Formats: sequence, structure tokens, C-alpha cells
Amino acid sequence: MGGGGVSQLLEQIHMLSRRCLFRVLSMGPLPIHLAFIMDGNRRFAKKRGLEDGSGHKAGFSALMTMLQYCYELGVKYVTIYAFSIDNFRRKPEEVQSLMDLMLVKIKSLLDKESIVHQYGIRVYFIGNLGLLNKQVRAAAEEVMKATAENSRVVLLVCVAYNSTDEILQAVKRSCADKDVERERERVRLVDIEENMQMSVAPEPDILIRSSGETRLSNFLLWQTGHCQLFSPDALWPEIGLRHLVWAILNFQRSHSYLEKKKKKKQL
Amino acid sequence: MEQMVYIVSVVFTCLALLVIPILFITRRLSVHLSFKNILRFIKLAASQLDDEEENNEKRGTMGEEEKRRRLPKHVAIILDGNRRWAEKRGLGTSEGHQAGARRLIENAKDCFAMGINTVSLFAFSTENWARPEDEVKGLMALFEKHLRSEMSFFRSDKIKISVIGNRTKISQSLLDLITEAEEATKSYEEKHLIIAIDYSGRFDILQACKSLAEKAKNGLIQVEDIDEDVMEKELMTNCSEFPNPDLLIRTSGEQRISNFFLWQSAYTELYFPNVLWPDFGEAEYLEALTWYQQRQRRFGLRV
Repeated sequence: MGGGGVSQLLEQIHMLSRRCLFRVLSMGPLPIHLAFIMDGNRRFAKKRGLEDGSGHKAGFSALMTMLQYCYELGVKYVTIYAFSIDNFRRKPEEVQSLMDLMLVKIKSLLDKESIVHQYGIRVYFIGNLGLLNKQVRAAAEEVMKATAENSRVVLLVCVAYNSTDEILQAVKRSCADKDVERERERVRLVDIEENMQMSVAPEPDILIRSSGETRLSNFLLWQTGHCQLFSPDALWPEIGLRHLVWAILNFQRSHSYLEKKKKKKQL
Repeated sequence: MEQMVYIVSVVFTCLALLVIPILFITRRLSVHLSFKNILRFIKLAASQLDDEEENNEKRGTMGEEEKRRRLPKHVAIILDGNRRWAEKRGLGTSEGHQAGARRLIENAKDCFAMGINTVSLFAFSTENWARPEDEVKGLMALFEKHLRSEMSFFRSDKIKISVIGNRTKISQSLLDLITEAEEATKSYEEKHLIIAIDYSGRFDILQACKSLAEKAKNGLIQVEDIDEDVMEKELMTNCSEFPNPDLLIRTSGEQRISNFFLWQSAYTELYFPNVLWPDFGEAEYLEALTWYQQRQRRFGLRV
């Protein structure tokens, strides 16, 4: 009884101090769009001596915590790299268990008490959805429909996604759109940009990749031309508030310089 | 309750007093802000000699192993920090760029000597046109001067030169020089230097798309048949045997790609040293290669 009371009190203190911290951060410019590459789940499971699948489960709860922080901070768009087209080449058992986990988690988003309804999150599933099995695809489309009215926060889940694939589809669509009679000059930058699946969100301001690897791994290549990259060493299930705060502080340092550059470009 | 609020506010004030000066200091010193760097700073202050010795030891053993272990085939470099370097020394921007150009030639020579096949340099981005006019003119003059003076070196060392980018805005004299350099060196195969002038990753993808649209219009290709390999052949890096860089180095500590290779850097290892470009010498370059060799590249699969 007493233990429960103390942990609740600690939870309240944590939330209060978090709110104070976010208030301080919001004195400076805040990112509108954050992107996460959730790397390191399997290494986490190995490190703790757990069985293979539990790394991804721990990763999922870390994701929920991050989403909560983003919501409290007022970040409007959050993109996550859930499953790459390259990941289909992993061992079939692992792919299957990931698909099963995704199905369970996607279906749970439809619950009334889930985070999407609590925070008014609109969910998009970005990627080559035709590569997923029927159940996952159907569940994803159901979630997209169910959350279409929400507008507080937008969550873009990249599943069966490769940036080169996204660019390729946009290029193909731009080529096919143009009438045979029209000239080559008619394919403009905006045509490609409009045909990108990620055009529903602005470009990310910060891309955070956990586990210390500094590569994009075919994620948002087109959109991260001017995005701040941040690679904390922590594995994804170990990611916490301090990494987010550090990323934002770094963002704020170079923000004014980047804004000046953007204005010059528009001139 | 009051005591709790009191304690919390004291803790936060202390934190703020610590963090804000650190931010200012690191910005002035152009050091990348991270726990690692702060710890490194403290360690360095406490035991400078020990660190130096350790580094020298590491470099010695790495030298032999490097030759045996894998090296990147294609290294891409974003030359950032010339202006800051000049500012630090109280020099003008043009001196900064000149120092950068000298460093470029030296580093290119080192790269090829170490056995790297292809080196790409982000010399001038499409966004750089927005810089002051004299700076842009100075940069173009610098390109001309160095292309002309290094021609004999390129020929003697058999380095193939390719210049990628939008050629419509460059002056005719520079264009002629570029064509001459490319013609003179086109038969060389083992070493390839790619210079990106007026290049942007998005522009590259757009021109590939336009070219594909044209081909589709002329019936040379079906839209459904367009896949990643077809796309790669249309990008400006098709002049190279290894179009995708294995390692991308951006100096001066900024952690952005700034619209350099976008499609091509899907699986590229990104390395962001804090040193400014004119100070990036052989030692720093060795460090980058050592770092690259320690990477585990999985391409989405299991290790």
C-alpha cells in the first residue's frame, strides 16, 4: 500500500519536473517534426540475456514513452522507422515474429484507451504496404481510417519502407502522370515532392538514431537534406528524456544559422 | 510539499547555471556538444600526456592492420569550415577558401595513396549561389586556378576527373577547363576524383526523373520497368564504378548532409569530426578510416 503511494508520488514529481524542463526548452525554437530510427532492440535483448523477441517489446514501450514526451513538448509530427524493406531479408522466424508483434500493436491502437485517442494522434502508415501480409495491411488501413479525424499530433509509421523505394514510386508516378504529348521540362521538383508518400508532413527537423550508428539506412533520404542528425550511443530501449533534451538543445544551437540560410535561399 | 518545490527549484537553477555556460563555451570553441566531449575535455585537462601517448600507440598498430582490413571504395567529403577557420585566424573569407583548396589537393593525394578508389568532393552546392557575390566569384576563380595548375599531376598520377552538377550557371572559361580535364583523363580507371560543382542531391534525382520521363515518352523504357538499378544509371554518379559512397566525412562538426548525395548515401557511414576543413590532415583522415573499419555494416540484416 505504502509502496504504491510512494511510486505514485515519484511519478507526479517526475511529471512536474518534466513540465518545468519543457517550459524552459520552449523558450527557444522547438522542432516541429522529429524522426526516430529505433535501432538496437536485438542488442539490448542480448545484453540483458533475454530471449530474442523481448528486445522488440522493450523497444515498443520505449517508443510509447518517447511519444508521450513529444506530445508534452508540443512536437506536431513524429516519424518512426518501424520496418525496412531490407528487413524482409532477415531470418523468416524473426520476420514473422516482428509481423505478429506489429499486428498486435497496431490492433491495440484501435482501443478506446490507447494513446492515439488519449492524445488525438492521427496515424499514417508509410511504405510499400503491398509487401505486408493481408492482416497487417488491413489493420493498418483500419487505424488510418479510424484516426483520420484527429489533428493534435501526427504519427507517421514507416513500415515496409525504403527511401529509395519511396523516391522511385514518386518518380514513376511523375513520369506516368505526364501526358505523352507534354515535354520533358514539365517534370518539376514539385511533381516529385507531391508524389512522395511523406508529403503529408514537413521535413524533419531532427533525426535521432539510437545505438550510436551514424547512417541513414535508407530512411528519409530525400527529406533529411537539411535535417540535424543525432546519434546517441544508447540502444533504443534505453533511450530516455535526457537524449531527447540533448537533441533539442543541439537543434536550438544551430537553428538561427539554418533559419538565416533558409531565408537567403528564398531571396 | 513546500520543501519539495524548494529543492526542485534549487536543483534546476544549478543545472541551468551549469548547462548555459557550457553551451556558450562549446559554441565558441566549435566543439560538438555531447556528454562524451565534455568528459573528454575533463580527461584531457587532467592527463594530457597520457592521452597523447595512447593515441600514438593506437595509430602505430592500426597502420599495419589497415592494409589488411577493408577500406572504403568511395569516400565522399563535404568541405565545411573554411570561413570559420579564417575568422578564427583573423583572415578574410577568401584566404579561408584558399587554405581549403590547398588542403583539398593534399588530401586527395593522400586518399589515393592509401588505396581509395573514388573520392567525391562537395565543392559548391546549389545553395551556395546565395552567398555574397565576391565570395562566389572568388570560389569560381579558385576552381579554375587549381584545375589548371593540377592538370599535370592528374595526368602523371592517372586520376580520372569528373565534374558533376548543373552546368548552366558556370562561366564558359571554367566549363572549357572542365571539359578539357575530363577529356584528358577519361581513359584512366583506377583512381577517380569526382568534384561536385553546383550540385544538389535533389537536383540530381530530378534530372534523373526528367531523363527517365523522356525515355518513357520515346518508348525506350516502360514506366513499370523503372527500378533502383535503372535509377542509379541515370544519376550523375553513373560516371563512377562505385556510385554509392561507403564513407561520408563532413568536417566542422555540423551533423547534416546539406543536400549532398541523398539517394547515394542510403547506407553510407557518416563521420562528423569537429576539425575545420583546412585543418583536416593525414592524421585526422587516418582516424576517419579507423573509425570506418570499426563499423559493423549490416544493411538491414542480422550481424
